[in-house]
Amino acid sequence: MAELVATLASTHHPFYLRATTMPPEQQIPQAPEWKRKIEAYRETLSKAKPDILVMIGSDHFHQIFLDNCPQFLIGKAERYDATFWNEEREFGIPKYVLEGDIEMSRFMHRNLMDQGFDFAFSNELKIDHSIICPIITVRPDNDLPVVPIYTNIFAPPLPSPKRFYDLGCAIRKAIEAFPSNKRVACIGTGHLSLELGGPRQFMETGPDPVFDQQALEWFRSGNIDAVLAEVTHESMAQSGNATHGFLNFILMMGVSGRQPADYVDNLDLFHTMEAYVTWYPKAAAALEERAA
Amino acid sequence: MSKYYVNKFLFQVDRNPDYLKRYAEDPANFVATWEQSIGPRLNEVEASTVHSLSEAERKALVEHDFVALFEMGAHFFLNLTLFIGMYDEPFMKENGPLAFQREFAKKVGHWTGKDYPTVET
Repeated sequence: MAELVATLASTHHPFYLRATTMPPEQQIPQAPEWKRKIEAYRETLSKAKPDILVMIGSDHFHQIFLDNCPQFLIGKAERYDATFWNEEREFGIPKYVLEGDIEMSRFMHRNLMDQGFDFAFSNELKIDHSIICPIITVRPDNDLPVVPIYTNIFAPPLPSPKRFYDLGCAIRKAIEAFPSNKRVACIGTGHLSLELGGPRQFMETGPDPVFDQQALEWFRSGNIDAVLAEVTHESMAQSGNATHGFLNFILMMGVSGRQPADYVDNLDLFHTMEAYVTWYPKAAAALEERAA
Repeated sequence: MSKYYVNKFLFQVDRNPDYLKRYAEDPANFVATWEQSIGPRLNEVEASTVHSLSEAERKALVEHDFVALFEMGAHFFLNLTLFIGMYDEPFMKENGPLAFQREFAKKVGHWTGKDYPTVET
């Protein structure tokens, strides 16, 4: 069976590439530190030596719109184009083509359906910066096949935080049931507190620095019970109108299997806090014990 | 009133360089064209008869009035990213990076601490 060798959860800041590659005299003061932190984070993936990446992201009204809006969707294609014109315009992100692994996509789709998650699917999925940003940050050579999964963090009503967590647990099981000797890393992106298009956008910090610190503590402790007790759609809205991207972090805590993160780093940027989190698998017995 | 149709406008204009240019340069004409021949299209063959803009929605779109759109519950991401597409550069030239984004925040500042209009459609 395939082996889940690393689980990564991070923010996806669309300006990273532009901010760290523009002429040094034009860069923001945090750019060198940002680059160092990203390169250190990249190493947490490289050392797991993955063969395939299962990528969790959320379309920002690029391919998916309100006329046809799935809660959860899996890509099933040989290849995926990436980066839409308005992302090139606004963020300066280049176009990419990612290799797919259609065999694993098909397996994951059936397995997740069997586990009670009736995914929508797409045979022609063009992916956006929620998945390209982590390719740029942690796998810039773009040399591995991917299985893309989209969640709805954007168009209410959204699935519950518990549903995101349960889906993360199901994704881990689906990866570990894939009949293959491949090494799989699962990488998901979202946000801590975030405001877009509202009065708290683009302040000196994120809209809710207290929530951001709490979130880092939850990753360090792996305390999913506290997350599920405290985080609701309403509480996330209080922390910033786009904070629902945190649901993907909750999902990744499900993939990681109720354990403290092995690597947690963060960076305070204008208007948002960046978070970089990695878990490595522990023996199954230890996980069962922790769950009990 | 159709929050969905306002979002469809923002979505279609934000992703299309030709529409964006026309909406920036001549909003009244472009909104009229959109209502007549772009908005109703479902695909190359089919058209929808279901949605239309209210007078207030049309006015907000024609006036580039992102505050009114916010207050009608237009989706926050579309409402921000489309107007960044038109105003980021001129504001940056005048007042530096993020000048438009901060102006936007200030203009909806009276919503601080309140529940925002829902974006649910």
